Amino acid sequence: MSNDTRALAVVSAGLSNPSSTRLLADRLTTATVAALHERGITPTVEVVELRQHARDLADSLLTGFPNASLREAVDTVTGADGLIAVTPIFSASYSGLFKTFFDVLDKDALTAKPVLMGATAGTARHSLALEHALRPLFSYLRAVVAPTAVFAASEDWAGSGGALHDRIVRAAEELADLVAGRPPAAPADPFDDPTTSFEELLRRS
Amino acid sequence: MQFGIFSVSDVTPDPTTGRVPTENERIKAMVAIALKAEEVGLDVFATGEHHNPPFVMSSPTTYLGYVAAKTSTLELSTSTTLITTNDPVKIAEDYAMLQHLADGRVDLMMGRGNTGPVYPWFGQDIRTGIELAVENYALLRRLWREDVVDWEGKFRTPLQGFTSVPRPLDGVPPFVWHGSIRSPQIAEQAAYYGDGFFHNHIFWPKEHTQRMVEFYRRRFEHYGHGAADQAIVGLGGQVFMRKNSQDAVNEFRPYFDNAPVYGHGPSLEEFTSETPLTVGSPQQIIERTLGFRDYVGDYQRQLFLIDHAGLPLKTVLEQLDILGEEVVPVLRKEFAALKPPHVPDAPTHASLVAAAGGARDATVHAPADDVTGRAPAEAAEEVEP
Repeated sequence: MSNDTRALAVVSAGLSNPSSTRLLADRLTTATVAALHERGITPTVEVVELRQHARDLADSLLTGFPNASLREAVDTVTGADGLIAVTPIFSASYSGLFKTFFDVLDKDALTAKPVLMGATAGTARHSLALEHALRPLFSYLRAVVAPTAVFAASEDWAGSGGALHDRIVRAAEELADLVAGRPPAAPADPFDDPTTSFEELLRRS
Repeated sequence: MQFGIFSVSDVTPDPTTGRVPTENERIKAMVAIALKAEEVGLDVFATGEHHNPPFVMSSPTTYLGYVAAKTSTLELSTSTTLITTNDPVKIAEDYAMLQHLADGRVDLMMGRGNTGPVYPWFGQDIRTGIELAVENYALLRRLWREDVVDWEGKFRTPLQGFTSVPRPLDGVPPFVWHGSIRSPQIAEQAAYYGDGFFHNHIFWPKEHTQRMVEFYRRRFEHYGHGAADQAIVGLGGQVFMRKNSQDAVNEFRPYFDNAPVYGHGPSLEEFTSETPLTVGSPQQIIERTLGFRDYVGDYQRQLFLIDHAGLPLKTVLEQLDILGEEVVPVLRKEFAALKPPHVPDAPTHASLVAAAGGARDATVHAPADDVTGRAPAEAAEEVEP
């Protein structure tokens, strides 16, 4: 199955440029792409920088629909076979921008989708926000979340980086297994001819 | 093709003056707007139904009955009638009564309503919205089509030997549209019965409208009511017009920026490009509106929203003048020229009566009076000398 392809979406909620959140997202992406190659899969990668959609997201909360530019980002994530989602930790949780993006997704958009979570912050004291805030969010959305979540504090970017590197590789292997283990995504079209006839709907009532 | 306006009946402060109309002012303004719609040559006026502030229209048939008495050609409709939280028996009775008083100038648009608390206030649950719409409408249809109904369902007290009065005028129930922004099940319901489908076409990008209408047309044909392009489609739309396009933009901007639904979000320009909202000269309104046909096909009814977000009555009446004098006559001509002959017009009472083979009196004369236990004929004999 060496011709297998999958679509990988990367959501980064970093605010500065360059951002350590994006840096972590890129490291996770590179490692996942390598791990997928080992499994005979050639992934495509699309990165969604939420900073570019900050106003689109606020508008979408008010109007109830994503504008054209945000719609592209939403479609990228909804249609992906695997998602890498990375946020800075603000006030003990994901950033508001990060949460808003997942708020405007369709409630079924991530159902059964393999997700790898990452987060960044100034110190390692924030690391469990991944487990206490991000994991419940993705569980609620019925995503399949890789057991290893990757946290990078400022100090992790210094030194030989062995520990961070190992976590990135382990997490990427887990995501690659999840992505390789399921068929390519085929989102249901609500406008396909209905599988339940209207007569049946009538009988149910 | 029918042209008209639809109102949500909101009581909103005028952001340019801070003035808030009273409920009484708004109700009387809505009457003035409907009368003006007939005066300037529009075909349809539809009112929303709401059961919470800042809206006034909790009792559409009271209002429409009053408007019916003061108009002679205007088709009276709803946008929408809450098929989920109203008792279908009461809808059958109220709208049949209105149909008689208005000499048939009545149709309805069914909707589910999107205000969460309204459901529990009326003893229902928003999570069963689709099921309520399906069951209640199935009952409503029987109440209008069968003189005596035995019925049992999930949501309402069962009925045994029930006759909804008055019977529909001339034995022909009002035409029904079903409105939904994004639930294919409602488009499916409209298609199943061969009823009309209306898309709000105001708040969301045109792609939503296009997909819903395409689906409805395909299913309309599937259920054998005619070809897909013969399905009965209505669209909303939102416009603000002045002779000079820049004047329209300048005048409407504060209303847009503070509008309850989308205010304080996207700019007027962004919303105009993302949704069917059109603010500009009559010519711009005409061009944009003609463009709707490109993505929904030939359609039967176009309703504009022109009286919301705190716009003062005087402005709304001016908008109606422009619609009636400069916009609708051109649209009428252009759309008619484009429409192939096999595409039908929206059904009216007259066309439905003709299709039914002529008018018939549908009065049900009760065999016996519940109170006296006597048939009306017997009672009449007794009082005669």
